Amino acid sequence: MIERPEAAVPSIAQRNLEGYVGFANLPNQVYRKSVKRGFEFTLMVVGESGLGKSTLINSLFLTDLYSKDYPGPSQRIKKTVQVEQSKVLIKEGGVQLTLTIVDTPGFGDAVDNSNCWQPVINYIDSKCEDFLNAESRVNRRSMPDNRVHCCLYFIAPSGHGLKPLDIEFMKRLHDKVNVIPLIAKADTLTPEECQLFKKQIMKEIQEHKIKIYEFPDTEDDEDNKLIRKIKEKMPLAVVGSNVVIEVNGKKVRGRQYPWGVAEVENGEHCDFTVLRNMLIRTHMQDLKDVTNNVHYENYRSKKLAAVTCNGVDTTKTKGQLTKSPLAQMEEERGDHVTKMKKMEAEMEQVFEMKVKEKKQKLKDSEAELERRHEMMKRNLEAQYKELEEKRRVYEDEKANWEAQQRILEQQKLDASKTMEKNKKKGKIF
Amino acid sequence: MAATDVDVFLNEEKRNLNLGGHVGFDSLPDQLVSKSVTQGFCFNILCVGETGIGKSTLMNTLFNTMFENEEASHYQNSVYLRPRTYDLQESNVHLKLTIVDTVGFGDQINKEFSYKPIVDYIDTQFENYLQEELKIKRSLFNYHDTRIHICLYFISPTGHSLKSLDLVTMKKLDSKVNIIPIIAKADTISKSELHKFKIKIMSELVSNGVQIYQFPTDDEAVSEINASMNAHLPFAVVGSVEEVKVGNKTVRARQYPWGVVQVENESHCDFVKLREMLIRVNMEDLREQTHARHYELYRRCKLEEMGFKDTDPDSQPFSLQETYEAKRKEFLGDLQRKEEEMRQMFVNKVKETEAELKEKERELHDKFEQLKRMHQEEKRKVEEKRRDLEEELNAFNRKKVAAETLSLSQPLKKDKDKKN
Repeated sequence: MIERPEAAVPSIAQRNLEGYVGFANLPNQVYRKSVKRGFEFTLMVVGESGLGKSTLINSLFLTDLYSKDYPGPSQRIKKTVQVEQSKVLIKEGGVQLTLTIVDTPGFGDAVDNSNCWQPVINYIDSKCEDFLNAESRVNRRSMPDNRVHCCLYFIAPSGHGLKPLDIEFMKRLHDKVNVIPLIAKADTLTPEECQLFKKQIMKEIQEHKIKIYEFPDTEDDEDNKLIRKIKEKMPLAVVGSNVVIEVNGKKVRGRQYPWGVAEVENGEHCDFTVLRNMLIRTHMQDLKDVTNNVHYENYRSKKLAAVTCNGVDTTKTKGQLTKSPLAQMEEERGDHVTKMKKMEAEMEQVFEMKVKEKKQKLKDSEAELERRHEMMKRNLEAQYKELEEKRRVYEDEKANWEAQQRILEQQKLDASKTMEKNKKKGKIF
Repeated sequence: MAATDVDVFLNEEKRNLNLGGHVGFDSLPDQLVSKSVTQGFCFNILCVGETGIGKSTLMNTLFNTMFENEEASHYQNSVYLRPRTYDLQESNVHLKLTIVDTVGFGDQINKEFSYKPIVDYIDTQFENYLQEELKIKRSLFNYHDTRIHICLYFISPTGHSLKSLDLVTMKKLDSKVNIIPIIAKADTISKSELHKFKIKIMSELVSNGVQIYQFPTDDEAVSEINASMNAHLPFAVVGSVEEVKVGNKTVRARQYPWGVVQVENESHCDFVKLREMLIRVNMEDLREQTHARHYELYRRCKLEEMGFKDTDPDSQPFSLQETYEAKRKEFLGDLQRKEEEMRQMFVNKVKETEAELKEKERELHDKFEQLKRMHQEEKRKVEEKRRDLEEELNAFNRKKVAAETLSLSQPLKKDKDKKN
């Protein structure tokens, strides 16, 4: 009878196909299904008012997301920083995209801007929490992904460097969301000024160890060349426009000045096309993946670690975090059982020892009492013997004396008898 | 929370907007596809069928390659599952294929529990995935998914009906995995017999409530072909890795004295249909169904078993934090209780033993009290005797003295007499 155990980890062997099988069609199947499902993307725009955020969004998506009826953030400033979202559904080439734009009216506009990033952090965290709860339900149905996939941060075109608020905001958000810094209203900078400004910004970003979104390397060398070119242009300097102007017979989006037209989609005028290509045409999926695999997982593991350790013990080793909270509880249960067994054994030991002690004491006590009793008995016996001896001596003495007395008595009696006789005889003489 | 007031405006209204030009997000599916191609795909097939029914040959034929082949003996004690993983590549697509064989299926005399190792294996793969999903630090995106995406159930070409083992096994598996039943060694059945056989099988499956995998008809691109294929189930297949020259072509076939059965000839068998459906059209759907339906069912049952609920008694939804905290509180309370119980047990034990020992002590004390009393009594007696003796001695001495004084006066008289 042959008995073979199930292989625990299958080893992987390479095989060459000797003919067309057909699973090369798998990507097409994936394509079809994804189109059917539709796509979602959440884009956050942050920056002081008047930096052209709404205009840029409209230009990026070639639609009037912000309009008179749906005013942009700069028109909606309230007393405190708000975080507001608008959802639009756009279709192109059979592909449906549910786009959520989140903006922050009031950001950086107050006199005292301390903590103005907090509402933003809260929003991002609450979306992650919603997803975490949805993912952790027993009955999971559709899990809409409302997490923020990308945050465009608008830097005012001062030409000098980053402002303290910029640095503070990016530092606090770079491990929660993909941050892409942009130089807004770039048509106020000449190309040379823009170059210097970009260098300065990147230097400061590195100094402060801010992690902005990084383009992943691909296996394709050609693509990598392009990616490197884009990296050199960071941060991207953008110009947006809601207006279409005719330039040399072509209709272009641009800004009309007395001295010329700044074209939005002209690569020599600004980096708008680079932004659009990167954000929408090539890296939208990657932004979602990084959000899911990195930022969300960070949030999740922090949240679950807090739940498991009740935030008390900060010395948990890495090993413990590779388990699920339930497995961890099971392990703790196991540990507890061992601990209890040990405790039980210890208590048992102490108990036995004490009992032994007491019993021993009792025994000793008994022995002592026995001994004393024996001694007293012997003592008494000795007394008895002594007494017996004395009596015997006395009896002997008495017997002797009595015998003596009897003899004396007899003698006396004899003597008196003889005397009597003599007396009678004496008289005759 | 925040120092500044947080007023999160949640506008769920979705506006439909028209685009004024080409934005470019129609490349999203391509971006997604290119990512998955870079990551590689993974597909796991489970072959359930009696020894020698043609499982390995069919796999070799389907994937146009020679997988490891050990002919199994009929003398296995029980059914065991043998998974083997292979790295395959076709154009730019990498596929990690795992083929799980059921060795020894149908060979035992008592097949009552033959299904169990199969169900256990499927559940174990689900469990592994669930454990990974529940970890605090997890990496799902590069997790090697071993969950079974498709179970090919090989039916013996008896020509009559399903065996009871088949029905029992399929019934146990249908809620855990996608099942495609296939008639093996179909070259032993004639066309008319085959037609009747297929109808019989399908009606038996329906009347026994066995849910087999239906090719999806909701996507217009493939609904037509899928619908027509659904009608051809179960597929009658023939497998072969040997090549035979037919006309001026070399095809995979089985050579008999009376003719050549060509594997890829659709009028000879349904092999091409199976390959089409399984690999070229519905592979992704099979993976999706496994994850979205079978795995979710397993997960739901498992979590409910562990006592997780989605809503509290007031029908308010639990957040994950609340659920875990509740579980943790319960767990800690349980541990505390156990500790208390043990301590209490010890306290009782100590009390008992103390009482026992005290009792013993008292007995001892009593015993010695008694002995002491006896001793006192004896001592008293001795004293009495001593006193008596003393008295007698005194009396005797007095007598002696008296007698002596008497005798002292007597001898004078004698002397006197003697003088006379």
